[in-house]
Amino acid sequence: MNLQAALDMGLNTAEFEKIQSILGRVPTLTELGMFAVMWSEHCGYKYSRPVLALFKNYKEAQEQGALENAGIIPLDDKLGIVFKVESHNHPSAVEPFQGAATGVGGILRDIFTMNARPIANLNSLRFGPLDNTHNRYLFEHVVAGISHYGNCVGVPTVAGEVVFHPCYNGNPLVNAMAVGVVDRDHVAGAAARGVGNTVIYVGSATGKDGIHGATFASVELGPDSDSKRPNVQMGDPFMEKLLIEATLEALETGCIVGIQDMGAAGLTCSTCETTTKAGTGMEIDVRLVPLREANMTPYEIMLSESQERMLCIVEQGKEEVVVSVFKKWGLHAAIIGKVTNDGMVRIKDKGEVVAEMPSTALTDMCPTYYLETAEPEYISTVQSFDPSSLKEPHALEEPKTYNECLLKLLDSPSLASKRYVTEQYDSMVQTQTLLLTGSDAAVIRVRGSEKCIAMKIDGNGRYCYLDPFVGAQIAVAEAARNVACSGAKPAGVTDNLNFANPEKPAGFWQFKRAVEGIADATEKLGIPVVSGNVSFYNETPAGPIYPTPTIGVVGILEKAELACGAAFQEEGDTILLLTAYQDPAYGLGGSEYLSVIHGIEAGHPPLLDVQGEKRLQELLVEAISGKLVASCHDLSDGGLACALAECSMLSGLGALTLFNPKENENIPPSALLFGEAQGRVICSVKGEIELRSLTKLCDKHQIECKWIGSVGGDTVRIALGTEDLISLKVDELKSVWEKAIPQRMSREYSL
Amino acid sequence: MAVPRFAVLRFPGSNCDQDAYYVIRDVIGAEVEYVWHQDSSLAGFDVVIVPGGFSYGDYLRCGAVARFAPAMEALQQHADQGKLVLGICNGFQILCEAHLLPGALIRNQGCKFICKHVDLRVENNQTPFTSSYTEGQIISIPIAHGEGCYVADEATLDMLEQNNQILFRYATTVRDEVTTGNPNGSMNDIAGICNARGNVMGMMPHPERASESILGSVDGKGVFTSMVQSMMELAV
Repeated sequence: MNLQAALDMGLNTAEFEKIQSILGRVPTLTELGMFAVMWSEHCGYKYSRPVLALFKNYKEAQEQGALENAGIIPLDDKLGIVFKVESHNHPSAVEPFQGAATGVGGILRDIFTMNARPIANLNSLRFGPLDNTHNRYLFEHVVAGISHYGNCVGVPTVAGEVVFHPCYNGNPLVNAMAVGVVDRDHVAGAAARGVGNTVIYVGSATGKDGIHGATFASVELGPDSDSKRPNVQMGDPFMEKLLIEATLEALETGCIVGIQDMGAAGLTCSTCETTTKAGTGMEIDVRLVPLREANMTPYEIMLSESQERMLCIVEQGKEEVVVSVFKKWGLHAAIIGKVTNDGMVRIKDKGEVVAEMPSTALTDMCPTYYLETAEPEYISTVQSFDPSSLKEPHALEEPKTYNECLLKLLDSPSLASKRYVTEQYDSMVQTQTLLLTGSDAAVIRVRGSEKCIAMKIDGNGRYCYLDPFVGAQIAVAEAARNVACSGAKPAGVTDNLNFANPEKPAGFWQFKRAVEGIADATEKLGIPVVSGNVSFYNETPAGPIYPTPTIGVVGILEKAELACGAAFQEEGDTILLLTAYQDPAYGLGGSEYLSVIHGIEAGHPPLLDVQGEKRLQELLVEAISGKLVASCHDLSDGGLACALAECSMLSGLGALTLFNPKENENIPPSALLFGEAQGRVICSVKGEIELRSLTKLCDKHQIECKWIGSVGGDTVRIALGTEDLISLKVDELKSVWEKAIPQRMSREYSL
Repeated sequence: MAVPRFAVLRFPGSNCDQDAYYVIRDVIGAEVEYVWHQDSSLAGFDVVIVPGGFSYGDYLRCGAVARFAPAMEALQQHADQGKLVLGICNGFQILCEAHLLPGALIRNQGCKFICKHVDLRVENNQTPFTSSYTEGQIISIPIAHGEGCYVADEATLDMLEQNNQILFRYATTVRDEVTTGNPNGSMNDIAGICNARGNVMGMMPHPERASESILGSVDGKGVFTSMVQSMMELAV
């Protein structure tokens, strides 16, 4: 094969030369294809690796050769929580239904390949605005794809976020997260240990779909991206369901020494990664692989990304035990080769060698690049914006009143009710999902444990655009705060790093700053990053997306009956505003209010004090464990007014709140209502005793605790002294909030 | 007679099998076992549950492939003996495909999968599946289906109405008045029916998801306690 072929596959000249020197000859087509996918950023992390080393756990695991498919944190003495997030952005841009569906399938395999039963799906989605027909098409079909796959495999989809912004036009973000539970003494590994052990291929047959999917994920989207539709894999959730049950049953036999799912780069990735991990080699014959089409070439077989497949390394002599389990579930199980001691990955076709290279050539020898960073020019411009120069609504053409502002915010699809989406997902199968009306995080009970797992995924592209370091810190703090609002102690993080082209210094600067922000916040909060995924090249000819790291946090709740929701509970309950620290700019920079009402996306993102966040989260966990709090909701997008409205809309109970004009003399009413200052939550509290205990606890944790009103009536009122800033019926708020997305989706959509 | 023995059928693609199993074992406290779709005997079981899910991926038509499983022949015999059969969601679809129940379930009106709590009205409490409820009681049980729109020809619907074979209807109360809460376009607001003999029941809502207060509702538990009670009474 020549240089041009290598360039066509996304490799560069230096890489092609390196491949030749490793092999001592010119690579065959199959070999070149294998190098191209394994040395793509998507599989090889050749650009991101040096930056990811900022995550302590990642660095340690990498140094010890112990990077597993997903991360684990302990739930109790016996069980562990396995969780990870992964993106399927590029496939979803060209084939939204299958792209999103296979995103769910892929992340689930990362979970059960470790012998964990998947117990929950989450997702974080971003699209361009819904007034565009193509965006409506992408939104509709991504949601349908997730619904189709998640519902059929019987794993509940329990939480997530959906955001709309023009920067995602033509480049939607589809991040799927999965959570599983494993017996910590029986975690399955992905090393091809034991020379002479047998390599068994299980699951669906291999077809021509998804060839070079990983390579496709490692370039920008362009006008010819539609032609890449054949690079998108086709998912079959029925097969996945069978594969889950069969894999867990087969692992129970104790005959499987190593197992890895076949996702990106399929057979290529699973053969070289499992052998690199074990320091062994592997020999397989592609003609023994179950195929959908008889005439597939070794190149196609090695690069196919057909879904619902796994590679098992089985103890010699125990093959029948494993094969019979997969056969019982109606799945393919074919012996395709064996583990060798020579460190080589050797691919044969009917006995004839078609590719042969050291397994580490594809993994450890993948080049690492230390890319240039440069602060983008826009940063100083946007950050110089001063929110205090803003006019109050009555000086605007429209909306003129704060009531109108609130209604307009609730009508903006990013803040609107996501019922249109969530009702399409089976959120209850497995009967472990606690019913919490509109809680900040989902809470799942776990059979066989006293404890529950709370989970949430969150991100804010606009904050990260203005300041990737602070924006990323906020994403971590907010996801963790959401988990703490349910009463659970945040315990671990998974991150999906969605960024533009890293080969451009501005793009890589955003990436590096955001990773530094995540590393800083997670370290100070004491919650390790245990897994994650990088998605670069989220860029179309119209420009790059906002840098959008999404952060998944899982937390541990001691008992199911403690779980706390966001909805107000009872008439007469006291409403409190808890504040960990003050933001001198009131969090107006980069706010939804600024964007939706004033059409401005500028300023500094809200101030973040990680230590303050930590104190607040510790307070919440303690207060909710002590049953002092009836409901708890964090203040985020849309600020205090939107948060209060949400607590009311979820419960149908109004809220009467009052702010002292003297105390709020210097703050513009728009900032009081819609500022997104961090480190704040609203709680409702039942009686005097709870109130007194909570006040004491707040003192202990140095959290300001302010009475702002009480639950009741049919109206949400926010008064500043004698003036009603907001006074709207809950029914009216709810009607606007609920109809925002269905109304927009009632219009036609098209490709 | 001792506590009744339940079987939960497992097809490839069943995914509410465990949910049914745990409710019977942990909430109701009865004996329960899984039965694999290729087993051809259901001897020794008093009640068979055909659980929800996507048997055979719902390929061809929901329930259309499952009806040919060896266990279905045994199920037919079980039903012929007058023993109880409960089909939930995909189980209801399978029972219709197998002609153990009349009618069919087609794509929801609106064509979308819907997962939410709905209100049901108990139409007939004189059956082994509903005796724990009062007639006219409004209960809240979740649905989770894409193809739950019940259809049948006019003669069948008349028969169902006249024989009181409609056990649950989608209904809700708005300001003390009962009105339809039909989420999927089902004819006559049908959510659950039984056969003429009254020993085979199918329902789209998931009672196993509404049997513990921690999950938000215990209104579905009555379906299971009714069956246990009727078995105990039979024994007396």
